[in-house]
Amino acid sequence: MLEISTEQPLQSESQSAEPSNGEALTLEQAIANLSHPDLSLRYYAAWWLGKFARGNAQAVDALILALEDEADRTELGGYPLRRNAARALGKLADCRAVPGLLRCLECSDYYVREAAAQSLGMLGDRTCVSALMQLLHGGVAAVQPEPGKPHLTQPAEAIIEALGLLNASEAVPLIRPFLEHPAVRVKHAAARAMYALTQESVYGERLVQALDSCDLKTRRTVLMDLGASGYLAGAEAIAQAAVENSFKVMALKSLLENHLKQQLEAVLVSPSTERVMNLIDSLL
Amino acid sequence: MLIFVRSIAHLFEPHTAMTNSACASDLIRAVEQAASPASLVSAVRALAEARLEAGIPTLISALGYNNPEAAVIAVQGLVALGEVAVQPLMERLDDYNYGARAYSFRALAAIADPQALDFLINAAETDFAPSVRRAATKGIGQLRWSHLPTEQRQNAQNRALQTLLGLAQHPDWDIRYAAVVGLQALASSGEATAGELAARILAQFNHIAQTDADLAVCARAAMAQQQLKALSNHLAAIGH
Repeated sequence: MLEISTEQPLQSESQSAEPSNGEALTLEQAIANLSHPDLSLRYYAAWWLGKFARGNAQAVDALILALEDEADRTELGGYPLRRNAARALGKLADCRAVPGLLRCLECSDYYVREAAAQSLGMLGDRTCVSALMQLLHGGVAAVQPEPGKPHLTQPAEAIIEALGLLNASEAVPLIRPFLEHPAVRVKHAAARAMYALTQESVYGERLVQALDSCDLKTRRTVLMDLGASGYLAGAEAIAQAAVENSFKVMALKSLLENHLKQQLEAVLVSPSTERVMNLIDSLL
Repeated sequence: MLIFVRSIAHLFEPHTAMTNSACASDLIRAVEQAASPASLVSAVRALAEARLEAGIPTLISALGYNNPEAAVIAVQGLVALGEVAVQPLMERLDDYNYGARAYSFRALAAIADPQALDFLINAAETDFAPSVRRAATKGIGQLRWSHLPTEQRQNAQNRALQTLLGLAQHPDWDIRYAAVVGLQALASSGEATAGELAARILAQFNHIAQTDADLAVCARAAMAQQQLKALSNHLAAIGH
Protein backbone atom coordinates (compact mmCIF):
# COMPACT_ATOMS: atom_id res chain seq x y z
CA MET A 1 0.00 0.00 0.00
CA LEU A 2 1.39 3.39 -0.93
CA GLU A 3 -0.49 5.20 1.81
CA ILE A 4 -2.77 3.94 4.52
CA SER A 5 -6.34 4.62 3.48
CA THR A 6 -7.79 7.17 5.87
CA GLU A 7 -11.26 5.89 5.14
CA GLN A 8 -10.84 2.47 6.65
CA PRO A 9 -10.56 1.68 10.32
CA LEU A 10 -7.60 -0.37 11.39
CA GLN A 11 -8.42 -3.92 10.55
CA SER A 12 -6.93 -7.38 10.12
CA GLU A 13 -3.35 -6.51 11.16
CA SER A 14 -4.29 -5.15 14.55
CA GLN A 15 -7.14 -7.52 15.20
CA SER A 16 -5.49 -10.68 14.02
CA ALA A 17 -3.17 -10.45 17.00
CA GLU A 18 -6.18 -10.92 19.28
CA PRO A 19 -8.48 -13.51 17.83
CA SER A 20 -10.61 -13.28 20.97
CA ASN A 21 -12.12 -10.09 19.49
CA GLY A 22 -13.91 -12.09 16.90
CA GLU A 23 -15.10 -15.07 18.85
CA ALA A 24 -18.24 -13.30 20.00
CA LEU A 25 -19.86 -13.96 16.59
CA THR A 26 -21.08 -17.27 15.23
CA LEU A 27 -20.81 -18.17 11.57
CA GLU A 28 -24.58 -17.82 11.08
CA GLN A 29 -24.65 -14.43 12.83
CA ALA A 30 -21.74 -13.14 10.80
CA ILE A 31 -23.36 -14.19 7.52
CA ALA A 32 -26.66 -12.60 8.62
CA ASN A 33 -24.83 -9.45 9.71
CA LEU A 34 -23.52 -8.95 6.16
CA SER A 35 -27.00 -7.56 5.35
CA HIS A 36 -27.71 -6.04 8.77
CA PRO A 37 -29.29 -2.53 8.80
CA ASP A 38 -26.31 -1.34 10.87
CA LEU A 39 -23.61 -0.81 8.23
CA SER A 40 -20.74 -1.05 10.71
CA LEU A 41 -21.90 -4.57 11.64
CA ARG A 42 -21.73 -5.52 7.95
CA TYR A 43 -18.21 -4.20 7.71
CA TYR A 44 -17.07 -6.09 10.80
CA ALA A 45 -18.85 -9.28 9.69
CA ALA A 46 -16.94 -9.23 6.39
CA TRP A 47 -13.64 -9.03 8.24
CA TRP A 48 -14.72 -11.75 10.69
CA LEU A 49 -15.72 -14.13 7.92
CA GLY A 50 -12.36 -13.65 6.22
CA LYS A 51 -10.68 -14.74 9.40
CA PHE A 52 -12.91 -17.54 10.61
CA ALA A 53 -15.04 -18.90 7.76
CA ARG A 54 -12.50 -20.86 5.77
CA GLY A 55 -14.16 -23.74 3.92
CA ASN A 56 -17.69 -22.37 4.34
CA ALA A 57 -19.40 -22.05 0.96
CA GLN A 58 -22.32 -20.02 2.33
CA ALA A 59 -19.95 -17.39 3.71
CA VAL A 60 -18.24 -17.16 0.32
CA ASP A 61 -21.61 -16.70 -1.44
CA ALA A 62 -22.59 -13.93 0.97
CA LEU A 63 -19.25 -12.16 0.57
CA ILE A 64 -19.47 -12.37 -3.25
CA LEU A 65 -22.84 -10.62 -3.01
CA ALA A 66 -21.27 -7.98 -0.74
CA LEU A 67 -18.82 -7.13 -3.57
CA GLU A 68 -21.80 -5.45 -5.29
CA ASP A 69 -22.95 -3.55 -2.18
CA GLU A 70 -24.30 -0.04 -2.82
CA ALA A 71 -25.44 0.86 0.70
CA ASP A 72 -22.12 1.39 2.48
CA ARG A 73 -20.54 4.52 0.97
CA THR A 74 -17.99 7.01 2.27
CA GLU A 75 -18.28 10.75 1.78
CA LEU A 76 -15.74 10.49 -1.01
CA GLY A 77 -17.70 7.76 -2.76
CA GLY A 78 -15.72 4.77 -1.49
CA TYR A 79 -17.20 1.33 -0.84
CA PRO A 80 -15.93 0.16 2.57
CA LEU A 81 -17.93 -3.08 2.65
CA ARG A 82 -16.73 -4.06 -0.83
CA ARG A 83 -13.14 -3.50 0.29
CA ASN A 84 -13.51 -5.77 3.30
CA ALA A 85 -15.45 -8.39 1.35
CA ALA A 86 -12.74 -8.43 -1.32
CA ARG A 87 -10.02 -8.84 1.33
CA ALA A 88 -11.95 -11.62 3.05
CA LEU A 89 -12.45 -13.54 -0.19
CA GLY A 90 -8.70 -13.66 -0.73
CA LYS A 91 -8.28 -15.44 2.58
CA LEU A 92 -11.06 -17.98 2.02
CA ALA A 93 -9.31 -19.68 -0.90
CA ASP A 94 -12.46 -20.31 -2.94
CA CYS A 95 -11.97 -19.56 -6.64
CA ARG A 96 -15.69 -18.96 -7.17
CA ALA A 97 -14.82 -15.44 -5.99
CA VAL A 98 -12.66 -14.75 -9.06
CA PRO A 99 -15.36 -13.31 -11.43
CA GLY A 100 -16.65 -10.95 -8.71
CA LEU A 101 -13.12 -9.83 -7.84
CA LEU A 102 -12.37 -9.27 -11.53
CA ARG A 103 -15.35 -6.90 -11.70
CA CYS A 104 -13.92 -5.12 -8.64
CA LEU A 105 -10.79 -4.29 -10.66
CA GLU A 106 -13.06 -1.87 -12.59
CA CYS A 107 -14.46 -0.23 -9.43
CA SER A 108 -14.09 3.55 -9.07
CA ASP A 109 -12.79 3.03 -5.50
CA TYR A 110 -9.00 2.66 -5.53
CA TYR A 111 -9.05 0.64 -2.30
CA VAL A 112 -11.56 -1.86 -3.71
CA ARG A 113 -9.27 -2.36 -6.72
CA GLU A 114 -6.30 -2.76 -4.40
CA ALA A 115 -8.05 -5.34 -2.20
CA ALA A 116 -9.30 -7.23 -5.27
CA ALA A 117 -5.80 -7.35 -6.80
CA GLN A 118 -4.32 -8.67 -3.54
CA SER A 119 -7.00 -11.32 -3.22
CA LEU A 120 -6.70 -12.42 -6.83
CA GLY A 121 -3.00 -12.92 -6.22
CA MET A 122 -3.75 -15.03 -3.15
CA LEU A 123 -6.38 -17.17 -4.89
CA GLY A 124 -3.84 -18.23 -7.49
CA ASP A 125 -6.24 -18.48 -10.45
CA ARG A 126 -4.22 -17.44 -13.50
CA THR A 127 -7.26 -16.44 -15.55
CA CYS A 128 -7.04 -12.95 -14.01
CA VAL A 129 -3.49 -12.25 -15.24
CA SER A 130 -4.47 -10.25 -18.33
CA ALA A 131 -7.00 -8.13 -16.40
CA LEU A 132 -4.34 -7.31 -13.80
CA MET A 133 -1.83 -6.44 -16.51
CA GLN A 134 -4.41 -4.22 -18.16
CA LEU A 135 -4.51 -2.01 -15.03
CA LEU A 136 -0.83 -1.20 -15.50
CA HIS A 137 -1.41 -0.29 -19.14
CA GLY A 138 0.71 2.72 -20.08
CA GLY A 139 3.43 1.69 -17.64
CA VAL A 140 5.24 3.97 -15.23
CA ALA A 141 4.15 7.11 -17.12
CA ALA A 142 0.48 6.26 -16.61
CA VAL A 143 0.70 5.05 -13.03
CA GLN A 144 1.35 8.35 -11.29
CA PRO A 145 -0.07 10.11 -8.22
CA GLU A 146 -3.81 10.70 -8.50
CA PRO A 147 -4.34 14.46 -8.14
CA GLY A 148 -5.81 15.33 -4.75
CA LYS A 149 -5.55 11.75 -3.46
CA PRO A 150 -2.95 10.10 -1.24
CA HIS A 151 -2.44 7.29 -3.75
CA LEU A 152 -1.49 6.51 -7.35
CA THR A 153 -3.94 6.16 -10.23
CA GLN A 154 -3.73 2.37 -9.84
CA PRO A 155 -2.78 0.13 -6.91
CA ALA A 156 0.49 -0.77 -8.64
CA GLU A 157 2.09 -2.36 -5.61
CA ALA A 158 -0.79 -4.79 -5.11
CA ILE A 159 -1.05 -5.56 -8.83
CA ILE A 160 2.66 -6.27 -9.21
CA GLU A 161 2.68 -8.45 -6.11
CA ALA A 162 -0.29 -10.39 -7.41
CA LEU A 163 1.39 -10.95 -10.79
CA GLY A 164 4.43 -12.29 -8.94
CA LEU A 165 2.28 -14.63 -6.88
CA LEU A 166 0.48 -15.83 -10.00
CA ASN A 167 3.81 -16.69 -11.58
CA ALA A 168 2.87 -14.50 -14.56
CA SER A 169 6.14 -14.60 -16.48
CA GLU A 170 4.39 -12.90 -19.43
CA ALA A 171 4.24 -9.78 -17.21
CA VAL A 172 8.03 -9.50 -16.83
CA PRO A 173 8.45 -6.82 -19.58
CA LEU A 174 5.54 -4.87 -18.10
CA ILE A 175 6.87 -5.01 -14.53
CA ARG A 176 10.57 -4.36 -15.23
CA PRO A 177 10.26 -0.57 -15.75
CA PHE A 178 8.52 -0.27 -12.36
CA LEU A 179 11.91 -1.06 -10.77
CA GLU A 180 12.56 2.65 -11.35
CA HIS A 181 9.17 3.94 -10.24
CA PRO A 182 9.48 7.01 -7.97
CA ALA A 183 7.29 5.43 -5.27
CA VAL A 184 9.58 3.35 -3.07
CA ARG A 185 6.92 0.75 -2.23
CA VAL A 186 6.19 0.17 -5.91
CA LYS A 187 9.89 -0.08 -6.71
CA HIS A 188 10.37 -2.74 -4.04
CA ALA A 189 7.25 -4.65 -5.09
CA ALA A 190 8.70 -4.75 -8.61
CA ALA A 191 12.03 -6.12 -7.35
CA ARG A 192 10.23 -8.75 -5.32
CA ALA A 193 8.02 -9.85 -8.23
CA MET A 194 10.94 -9.80 -10.68
CA TYR A 195 12.89 -12.14 -8.43
CA ALA A 196 9.94 -14.47 -8.03
CA LEU A 197 9.37 -14.54 -11.80
CA THR A 198 12.98 -14.79 -13.02
CA GLN A 199 14.92 -16.20 -10.03
CA GLU A 200 17.71 -13.77 -10.98
CA SER A 201 19.67 -12.72 -7.92
CA VAL A 202 20.15 -9.16 -9.17
CA TYR A 203 16.53 -8.42 -8.16
CA GLY A 204 16.90 -10.01 -4.73
CA GLU A 205 20.06 -7.96 -4.20
CA ARG A 206 18.11 -4.76 -4.84
CA LEU A 207 16.00 -5.59 -1.80
CA VAL A 208 19.05 -6.53 0.27
CA GLN A 209 20.52 -3.13 -0.51
CA ALA A 210 17.28 -1.38 0.40
CA LEU A 211 17.62 -2.87 3.90
CA ASP A 212 20.29 -0.23 4.53
CA SER A 213 17.64 2.47 4.45
CA CYS A 214 17.95 4.83 7.41
CA ASP A 215 14.18 4.73 7.97
CA LEU A 216 12.99 1.96 10.31
CA LYS A 217 9.56 1.73 8.70
CA THR A 218 11.12 1.25 5.28
CA ARG A 219 13.48 -1.38 6.66
CA ARG A 220 10.53 -3.28 8.11
CA THR A 221 8.59 -3.31 4.86
CA VAL A 222 11.66 -4.25 2.81
CA LEU A 223 12.24 -7.09 5.25
CA MET A 224 8.75 -8.38 4.45
CA ASP A 225 9.32 -7.91 0.70
CA LEU A 226 12.52 -9.90 0.92
CA GLY A 227 10.67 -12.64 2.79
CA ALA A 228 7.91 -12.68 0.19
CA SER A 229 10.43 -12.82 -2.66
CA GLY A 230 11.74 -16.22 -1.59
CA TYR A 231 15.32 -15.00 -2.27
CA LEU A 232 17.14 -17.39 0.07
CA ALA A 233 20.51 -15.68 -0.31
CA GLY A 234 18.92 -12.72 1.51
CA ALA A 235 18.43 -14.72 4.70
CA GLU A 236 21.58 -13.47 6.46
CA ALA A 237 20.75 -9.87 5.53
CA ILE A 238 17.33 -10.31 7.14
CA ALA A 239 18.83 -11.81 10.28
CA GLN A 240 21.32 -8.95 10.61
CA ALA A 241 18.99 -6.06 9.75
CA ALA A 242 18.51 -3.33 12.32
CA VAL A 243 14.89 -4.29 12.92
CA GLU A 244 13.06 -5.91 15.85
CA ASN A 245 13.46 -9.69 16.21
CA SER A 246 9.77 -10.39 15.71
CA PHE A 247 9.88 -8.85 12.23
CA LYS A 248 12.97 -10.84 11.33
CA VAL A 249 11.38 -14.08 12.49
CA MET A 250 8.27 -13.36 10.41
CA ALA A 251 10.32 -12.39 7.36
CA LEU A 252 12.50 -15.51 7.56
CA LYS A 253 9.44 -17.70 7.90
CA SER A 254 7.93 -16.10 4.83
CA LEU A 255 11.26 -16.46 2.99
CA LEU A 256 11.44 -20.15 3.77
CA GLU A 257 7.83 -20.83 2.82
CA ASN A 258 7.95 -18.80 -0.39
CA HIS A 259 11.15 -20.50 -1.42
CA LEU A 260 9.55 -23.89 -0.82
CA LYS A 261 6.47 -22.87 -2.82
CA GLN A 262 8.63 -21.73 -5.73
CA GLN A 263 10.28 -25.15 -6.01
CA LEU A 264 8.64 -27.67 -8.32
CA GLU A 265 9.31 -30.43 -5.85
CA ALA A 266 9.56 -28.96 -2.41
CA VAL A 267 12.27 -30.61 -0.35
CA LEU A 268 11.63 -29.41 3.19
CA VAL A 269 15.15 -30.04 4.43
CA SER A 270 18.14 -29.07 2.30
CA PRO A 271 21.37 -27.26 3.17
CA SER A 272 19.81 -23.94 2.16
CA THR A 273 16.56 -24.36 4.10
CA GLU A 274 18.57 -25.58 7.10
CA ARG A 275 20.52 -22.33 6.97
CA VAL A 276 17.32 -20.29 7.15
CA MET A 277 15.94 -22.40 9.99
CA ASN A 278 19.17 -22.07 11.97
CA LEU A 279 18.83 -18.30 11.64
CA ILE A 280 15.22 -18.43 12.88
CA ASP A 281 16.33 -20.60 15.82
CA SER A 282 18.97 -18.04 16.76
CA LEU A 283 16.38 -15.25 16.83
CA LEU A 284 13.87 -17.00 19.11
CA MET B 1 24.82 0.56 43.43
CA LEU B 2 27.93 1.30 45.48
CA ILE B 3 26.36 -0.38 48.49
CA PHE B 4 25.89 -3.52 46.46
CA VAL B 5 29.48 -3.43 45.31
CA ARG B 6 30.70 -3.17 48.91
CA SER B 7 28.40 -5.90 50.08
CA ILE B 8 30.06 -8.43 47.85
CA ALA B 9 33.57 -7.01 48.26
CA HIS B 10 34.33 -9.49 51.05
CA LEU B 11 34.02 -12.29 48.52
CA PHE B 12 37.32 -11.29 46.99
CA GLU B 13 40.84 -11.38 48.33
CA PRO B 14 41.63 -8.02 49.99
CA HIS B 15 43.84 -6.85 47.18
CA THR B 16 41.48 -7.92 44.38
CA ALA B 17 38.56 -6.53 46.34
CA MET B 18 39.87 -3.01 46.16
CA THR B 19 40.73 -3.01 42.49
CA ASN B 20 37.60 -4.89 41.49
CA SER B 21 35.18 -2.74 43.42
CA ALA B 22 36.78 0.47 42.29
CA CYS B 23 36.79 -0.82 38.77
CA ALA B 24 33.20 -2.10 39.03
CA SER B 25 31.80 1.16 40.34
CA ASP B 26 33.51 3.08 37.54
CA LEU B 27 32.19 0.72 34.91
CA ILE B 28 28.71 0.81 36.40
CA ARG B 29 28.72 4.60 36.61
CA ALA B 30 29.76 4.80 32.98
CA VAL B 31 26.67 2.81 32.00
CA GLU B 32 24.36 4.85 34.22
CA GLN B 33 25.71 8.15 32.98
CA ALA B 34 26.02 7.30 29.30
CA ALA B 35 24.71 10.30 27.39
CA SER B 36 24.36 8.85 23.88
CA PRO B 37 23.37 5.50 22.39
CA ALA B 38 26.97 4.95 21.22
CA SER B 39 28.51 5.71 24.62
CA LEU B 40 25.92 3.40 26.23
CA VAL B 41 26.96 0.59 23.90
CA SER B 42 30.65 1.01 24.72
CA ALA B 43 30.01 1.35 28.47
CA VAL B 44 27.85 -1.80 28.49
CA ARG B 45 30.50 -3.62 26.48
CA ALA B 46 33.23 -2.66 28.97
CA LEU B 47 31.08 -3.78 31.90
CA ALA B 48 30.10 -7.03 30.18
CA GLU B 49 33.69 -7.86 29.30
CA ALA B 50 34.85 -7.27 32.87
CA ARG B 51 32.64 -10.22 33.96
CA LEU B 52 31.98 -8.81 37.40
CA GLU B 53 29.25 -10.22 39.59
CA ALA B 54 28.74 -6.69 40.89
CA GLY B 55 27.84 -5.58 37.40
CA ILE B 56 24.90 -7.98 37.05
CA PRO B 57 22.11 -5.60 38.13
CA THR B 58 23.40 -2.92 35.76
CA LEU B 59 23.67 -5.37 32.86
CA ILE B 60 20.06 -6.40 33.57
CA SER B 61 18.97 -2.76 33.53
CA ALA B 62 20.68 -2.35 30.17
CA LEU B 63 18.22 -4.89 28.71
CA GLY B 64 15.49 -2.26 29.09
CA TYR B 65 17.15 0.88 27.70
CA ASN B 66 15.56 0.42 24.28
CA ASN B 67 19.00 0.08 22.71
CA PRO B 68 19.09 -3.33 20.97
CA GLU B 69 22.86 -3.27 20.44
CA ALA B 70 23.51 -2.60 24.12
CA ALA B 71 20.94 -5.21 25.11
CA VAL B 72 22.54 -7.92 22.98
CA ILE B 73 25.95 -7.16 24.53
CA ALA B 74 24.43 -7.21 28.03
CA VAL B 75 22.87 -10.63 27.29
CA GLN B 76 26.27 -11.94 26.22
CA GLY B 77 27.81 -10.56 29.39
CA LEU B 78 25.15 -12.18 31.57
CA VAL B 79 25.51 -15.49 29.76
CA ALA B 80 29.28 -15.39 30.25
CA LEU B 81 28.74 -14.89 33.99
CA GLY B 82 26.58 -17.99 33.98
CA GLU B 83 24.61 -19.41 36.86
CA VAL B 84 25.40 -16.57 39.22
CA ALA B 85 23.21 -14.34 37.01
CA VAL B 86 20.16 -16.62 37.12
CA GLN B 87 18.64 -15.52 40.43
CA PRO B 88 19.08 -11.79 39.69
CA LEU B 89 17.61 -12.25 36.21
CA MET B 90 14.51 -13.88 37.69
CA GLU B 91 14.18 -11.33 40.51
CA ARG B 92 14.68 -8.31 38.34
CA LEU B 93 12.36 -9.24 35.52
CA ASP B 94 10.87 -6.12 33.93
CA ASP B 95 7.09 -6.47 34.18
CA TYR B 96 6.44 -3.38 32.11
CA ASN B 97 8.84 -3.79 29.19
CA TYR B 98 8.36 -6.94 27.15
CA GLY B 99 11.42 -6.18 25.04
CA ALA B 100 13.56 -6.29 28.18
CA ARG B 101 11.78 -9.44 29.35
CA ALA B 102 12.51 -11.19 26.05
CA TYR B 103 16.23 -10.42 26.48
CA SER B 104 16.11 -11.74 30.05
CA PHE B 105 14.62 -14.99 28.84
CA ARG B 106 17.17 -15.29 26.03
CA ALA B 107 19.87 -14.96 28.69
CA LEU B 108 18.19 -17.53 30.94
CA ALA B 109 17.76 -19.89 27.98
CA ALA B 110 21.45 -19.62 27.08
CA ILE B 111 22.69 -20.03 30.67
CA ALA B 112 20.42 -23.09 30.80
CA ASP B 113 20.36 -23.49 34.57
CA PRO B 114 17.56 -25.99 35.33
CA GLN B 115 16.68 -23.97 38.47
CA ALA B 116 14.89 -21.65 36.03
CA LEU B 117 12.58 -24.40 34.73
CA ASP B 118 9.39 -23.27 36.51
CA PHE B 119 10.12 -19.70 35.63
CA LEU B 120 10.54 -20.57 31.95
CA ILE B 121 7.41 -22.74 31.90
CA ASN B 122 5.35 -19.98 33.45
CA ALA B 123 6.52 -17.40 30.91
CA ALA B 124 6.14 -19.76 27.95
CA GLU B 125 2.55 -20.49 28.90
CA THR B 126 1.32 -17.15 30.19
CA ASP B 127 3.35 -14.14 29.04
CA PHE B 128 1.33 -11.98 26.66
CA ALA B 129 4.35 -11.06 24.50
CA PRO B 130 5.16 -13.54 21.71
CA SER B 131 8.88 -12.70 21.82
CA VAL B 132 8.99 -13.66 25.51
CA ARG B 133 7.02 -16.86 24.94
CA ARG B 134 9.31 -17.88 22.06
CA ALA B 135 12.50 -17.33 24.07
CA ALA B 136 11.13 -19.16 27.11
CA THR B 137 9.80 -22.06 25.03
CA LYS B 138 13.15 -22.60 23.35
CA GLY B 139 14.85 -22.34 26.75
CA ILE B 140 12.75 -25.07 28.38
CA GLY B 141 14.23 -27.73 26.13
CA GLN B 142 17.88 -26.86 26.37
CA LEU B 143 18.43 -26.78 30.14
CA ARG B 144 21.52 -28.54 31.49
CA TRP B 145 19.75 -31.44 33.15
CA SER B 146 23.02 -32.89 34.46
CA HIS B 147 23.18 -29.94 36.88
CA LEU B 148 20.18 -31.34 38.74
CA PRO B 149 20.53 -34.05 41.40
CA THR B 150 19.86 -37.42 39.76
CA GLU B 151 16.62 -37.99 41.68
CA GLN B 152 15.10 -34.74 40.38
CA ARG B 153 16.20 -35.12 36.80
CA GLN B 154 13.55 -37.38 35.37
CA ASN B 155 10.73 -35.44 36.94
CA ALA B 156 12.06 -32.14 35.60
CA GLN B 157 12.53 -33.55 32.11
CA ASN B 158 9.02 -34.93 32.13
CA ARG B 159 7.62 -31.54 33.06
CA ALA B 160 9.62 -29.95 30.26
CA LEU B 161 8.36 -32.62 27.86
CA GLN B 162 4.70 -32.18 28.81
CA THR B 163 4.95 -28.40 28.57
CA LEU B 164 6.63 -28.49 25.17
CA LEU B 165 4.17 -31.07 23.78
CA GLY B 166 1.36 -28.73 24.86
CA LEU B 167 3.06 -25.71 23.28
CA ALA B 168 3.53 -27.68 20.05
CA GLN B 169 -0.29 -27.40 19.69
CA HIS B 170 -0.36 -23.64 20.25
CA PRO B 171 -2.49 -21.60 17.81
CA ASP B 172 0.50 -19.37 16.91
CA TRP B 173 3.03 -20.84 14.48
CA ASP B 174 6.02 -19.18 16.15
CA ILE B 175 5.29 -20.87 19.48
CA ARG B 176 4.86 -24.24 17.76
CA TYR B 177 8.15 -23.65 15.94
CA ALA B 178 9.92 -22.76 19.20
CA ALA B 179 8.39 -25.87 20.81
CA VAL B 180 9.94 -28.04 18.07
CA VAL B 181 13.32 -26.39 18.70
CA GLY B 182 12.88 -27.02 22.43
CA LEU B 183 11.81 -30.64 21.92
CA GLN B 184 14.80 -31.33 19.71
CA ALA B 185 17.16 -29.98 22.35
CA LEU B 186 15.41 -32.05 25.02
CA ALA B 187 15.68 -35.22 22.94
CA SER B 188 19.37 -34.54 22.24
CA SER B 189 20.29 -33.98 25.87
CA GLY B 190 21.78 -37.46 26.11
CA GLU B 191 20.43 -38.49 29.50
CA ALA B 192 19.77 -41.96 30.84
CA THR B 193 16.05 -41.52 30.15
CA ALA B 194 16.69 -40.08 26.73
CA GLY B 195 15.96 -43.29 24.82
CA GLU B 196 12.33 -43.31 25.83
CA LEU B 197 12.04 -39.53 25.71
CA ALA B 198 13.64 -39.30 22.29
CA ALA B 199 11.35 -41.97 20.84
CA ARG B 200 8.31 -40.07 22.07
CA ILE B 201 9.62 -36.80 20.64
CA LEU B 202 10.55 -38.38 17.29
CA ALA B 203 7.00 -39.67 16.90
CA GLN B 204 5.71 -36.17 17.60
CA PHE B 205 8.05 -34.66 14.98
CA ASN B 206 6.79 -37.14 12.43
CA HIS B 207 3.23 -36.06 13.18
CA ILE B 208 4.04 -32.32 13.07
CA ALA B 209 6.03 -32.59 9.83
CA GLN B 210 3.03 -34.13 8.11
CA THR B 211 0.15 -32.18 9.61
CA ASP B 212 1.16 -28.69 10.74
CA ALA B 213 -0.73 -25.87 9.03
CA ASP B 214 2.45 -23.82 8.52
CA LEU B 215 5.07 -25.06 6.10
CA ALA B 216 7.88 -23.54 8.17
CA VAL B 217 6.86 -25.61 11.20
CA CYS B 218 6.63 -28.77 9.06
CA ALA B 219 10.12 -28.06 7.73
CA ARG B 220 11.54 -27.44 11.20
CA ALA B 221 10.05 -30.70 12.49
CA ALA B 222 11.44 -32.58 9.48
CA MET B 223 14.88 -31.09 10.12
CA ALA B 224 14.69 -32.01 13.81
CA GLN B 225 13.67 -35.55 12.87
CA GLN B 226 16.63 -35.98 10.50
CA GLN B 227 19.14 -34.51 12.92
CA LEU B 228 17.89 -36.63 15.81
CA LYS B 229 18.08 -39.79 13.74
CA ALA B 230 21.60 -38.90 12.61
CA LEU B 231 22.55 -38.27 16.24
CA SER B 232 21.20 -41.61 17.47
CA ASN B 233 22.88 -43.45 14.59
CA HIS B 234 26.10 -41.74 15.51
CA LEU B 235 25.71 -42.69 19.18
CA ALA B 236 24.90 -46.27 18.21
CA ALA B 237 27.98 -46.38 15.97
CA ILE B 238 30.30 -45.28 18.76
CA GLY B 239 28.73 -47.81 21.09
CA HIS B 240 26.41 -45.84 23.37
